[in-house]
Amino acid sequence: MSNWPAETKYISHSTARIDAPAKLTGQARYSSDIQANGWFYGMILRSKWPAAKILSVNLEAALKIPGIKAAVTVKDFPQTIRFYGEEIAAVAGTSKQACLDALRVIEVKAEPRHEFVVKEDNARKENSPSVWEGAANASAPHVREQGSVDTAFPECAAVIEGFYTTPVQIHHPMETHGNTVSWTDEGVTAWASTQGISSVRDGLAGALKLDHSKVRVITEYMGGGFGAKFGAGVEGVLAAKLSREAKAPVRLMLTRFDEALAVGNRPSSFQKIKIGATADGTLHAFEMENYGTAGIGAGGDSGGGGGGADIPAPYIYKVPNTRVKQSHVAVNAGSARAFRAPGNPPASYGMESAMDDLAVKLGMDPLELRLKNDPSEIRQREYKLGAEKFGWKQKYQKPGSSPGVVKTGIGCAGAAWPAGGASKSTQGEAQINPDGSIEFRLGVQDIGTGTRTVIAVVAAEILGLKPEQITVRVGDTNFPPGPGSGGSTTCASISPTVFDVCTKALEQLQTQTGIPDAHGENWFAACKKLGVSPLVVHGQWQQGLSADHACGVQFAEVEVDTETGLVTVKRILGVHDCGLIVNKITLESQINGGIIMGMGYALYEERVMDALSGVVLNPNFETYKLPGIADVPDIEIVLINMPERGVIGIGEPATVPTAGAIANAVANAIGVRVSSLPITPAKILAALGKVPPPVNA
Amino acid sequence: MKNPEPENFGAHSRRTFLKSLGTVAATAATAQVQSVAAELEKANAEKVIGPNAVPVTLKVNGEKLKLMLEPRVTLLDALRNYSSLTGAKDGCDRAVCGACTVLLGDTPVYSCQKLAIEAQGDEITTVEGLAKNEKLTKVQQAFLDQDALQCGYCTPGFVMSVTALLKKNPRPNANDVKHACAGNFCRCGTHPRILQAALKAAGVETASKTEVIDYV
Repeated sequence: MSNWPAETKYISHSTARIDAPAKLTGQARYSSDIQANGWFYGMILRSKWPAAKILSVNLEAALKIPGIKAAVTVKDFPQTIRFYGEEIAAVAGTSKQACLDALRVIEVKAEPRHEFVVKEDNARKENSPSVWEGAANASAPHVREQGSVDTAFPECAAVIEGFYTTPVQIHHPMETHGNTVSWTDEGVTAWASTQGISSVRDGLAGALKLDHSKVRVITEYMGGGFGAKFGAGVEGVLAAKLSREAKAPVRLMLTRFDEALAVGNRPSSFQKIKIGATADGTLHAFEMENYGTAGIGAGGDSGGGGGGADIPAPYIYKVPNTRVKQSHVAVNAGSARAFRAPGNPPASYGMESAMDDLAVKLGMDPLELRLKNDPSEIRQREYKLGAEKFGWKQKYQKPGSSPGVVKTGIGCAGAAWPAGGASKSTQGEAQINPDGSIEFRLGVQDIGTGTRTVIAVVAAEILGLKPEQITVRVGDTNFPPGPGSGGSTTCASISPTVFDVCTKALEQLQTQTGIPDAHGENWFAACKKLGVSPLVVHGQWQQGLSADHACGVQFAEVEVDTETGLVTVKRILGVHDCGLIVNKITLESQINGGIIMGMGYALYEERVMDALSGVVLNPNFETYKLPGIADVPDIEIVLINMPERGVIGIGEPATVPTAGAIANAVANAIGVRVSSLPITPAKILAALGKVPPPVNA
Repeated sequence: MKNPEPENFGAHSRRTFLKSLGTVAATAATAQVQSVAAELEKANAEKVIGPNAVPVTLKVNGEKLKLMLEPRVTLLDALRNYSSLTGAKDGCDRAVCGACTVLLGDTPVYSCQKLAIEAQGDEITTVEGLAKNEKLTKVQQAFLDQDALQCGYCTPGFVMSVTALLKKNPRPNANDVKHACAGNFCRCGTHPRILQAALKAAGVETASKTEVIDYV
């Protein structure tokens, strides 16, 4: 059904990232590298209180610091502070040092509020301090019910109950949030570290009360986002205001410390799951009560896409009798934002853990239980292919039966990414010059997935040129509008758009030059016939070239040292489908990346809040642990090629099942379940009864 | 990983070492207190530099860079914000993520933890200084071939760490690479490719572990 060519030279093959030389030689200018003419340094003053009323802020002393050119406050006063790290004021000056000096002398008159709450369990209590005045911290449960759970559970041959919890995870892109903003009488130009140039433009225009046409956002290179970099942000608006006051461009990049406080995270989940099956393993009843926090943003769910605490349940499975109750709990902490496959990794972890625990109760191989119940034909195929390649049958041992001190175990889990698809309003243009050179311009940005390269690959294929003959320009709101890089939609949005531009280019070249087929070897002759005027061709996303709904399954093998509690991931096999493979080498990189981020979620990452002071205790890379090169195992990938479906994104499904697969492998190794992420050595030793359980302060 | 090899400690004199200890050393209850205090007094009696900007000359990628810097400006800050060398990146500004890695001589260091004034006299190499005449180095080419980069923000740091490793050990094994890159973070999850690229640059080919299977 798809209109993509059946025989390809570049599509589905591997083309090296076209911007790799720029990135490898330091020539690529990231948003944080922009040195606009006469720029000043910007920096933010943040609240040291988790809850307070700011009565006034005096900026005079700061403005007297040598080199300081501007100082602004975030709001009018009194300002209500609801989390540690909330923005209060900002300064701009000729150096970082001047700004640091200025922040120290800003006088803040505040009434700290001693009633605050940062732990989900405490926030749910009736007498808990309210994060939002006059509102309960816990929202009324959102209930979904199907069939009759109460009559179904007694009909089950096996029932298990578990309490599976996941922590708040922080995005921590390597380039922090921030912008260089120049605000002159002509308008605003923002060099933003963003995954959505259009959404930043709209956000800045709204906040600064400017016409959209007066705001231009440029993002040539940016250092990762993972869902946290769609909006203009408080920092973007502050940079603009500082620029206005200083009459010069201001670069305001957040610190690593700031990243942990105020610019997004993945909500926690506390999933109480009860699940039952008939004797043959058919799922019959499922009940879940879940709560989680999205920080002060807990009240605002946006359907699982924007960082709300709701998760899909019973996730990828169909159970005839289900009851799901979920609520959000507000705490005094920074608000959640979309984070790579919002809602899905915690949902996968909880449900897949429960599936394995049920398999134990049933005395079944957990893979068999999945094959019995997974309604997706694609995942069924992926499980079977993966199991064979992984050697599941040969490796599988009953939980806890691995001998010795260092025990091995295996586990698996499945993914679904129901969003995806394409942004149907995506447009693009190409300028074809008489010398045969061609430049594509799309108002999309590359968050690291290889967007430029995808454009070059598709264009080269359809025009019969080589990828290196294609010039690609992205990351400018002056170009035809493209999608935000989110929801795994970018590739499926831009590939059909470039296809359309190329098809139209070939048609128009034929009309204008009379050469019947301008493609391939006729290209230069046709372009030459254009005379002196370049041809500019517009195109847009077209139906029939892309699809949505990717699946994917992963298998994990771990070693658990029962004396130290250390988990070592030995091997991960990911079996993934994403329709038509556009560029294999960058696709593999995204799957590697999803798996490694999932490993972090499984084993290392957790935002730790201090109940007494209300601060984030680990706002740095020393104490917020990311996977490093020595932690990363052998990763094998099986790509299920489905060109008939058209292009589908991969960024999100690749990170969904990893934590579940690792958690199940750990449980298989040691014979007991660690039902709380991250699976730290302390929790392993506690599960083995060797140390008391960690205390939740 | 960023600790210089033991022989490199020779580059720092006892005096600069004591100076860096500051008053903590003076209050240390050791048998050497007296001599430490005496040496500190001598060291501190020398001319105070700053707090205003002072002339600083750095030798970066073979060229002299003359700057006016407050003494508290780090080497990273000097490169990124007082010159146009923005290849070294600011990822944490506290010696953890490695995005700011540059070479001092052949030794990889976190440029966010070195004051610019202290780097005077060193041969500093940044990622911009590797490729000559627009020809990528073996390490850079291997990163390109293996797609050992995604967003690319950590990439200059990894490239410098791997470059330093290969200077010291032209035939590293996988563990050597992991050790050399232990001080570099990547959030996109490019680690397996970086490992392959480092080995490839050293002449060791690794096989792709990806299999493509048609669904239909």
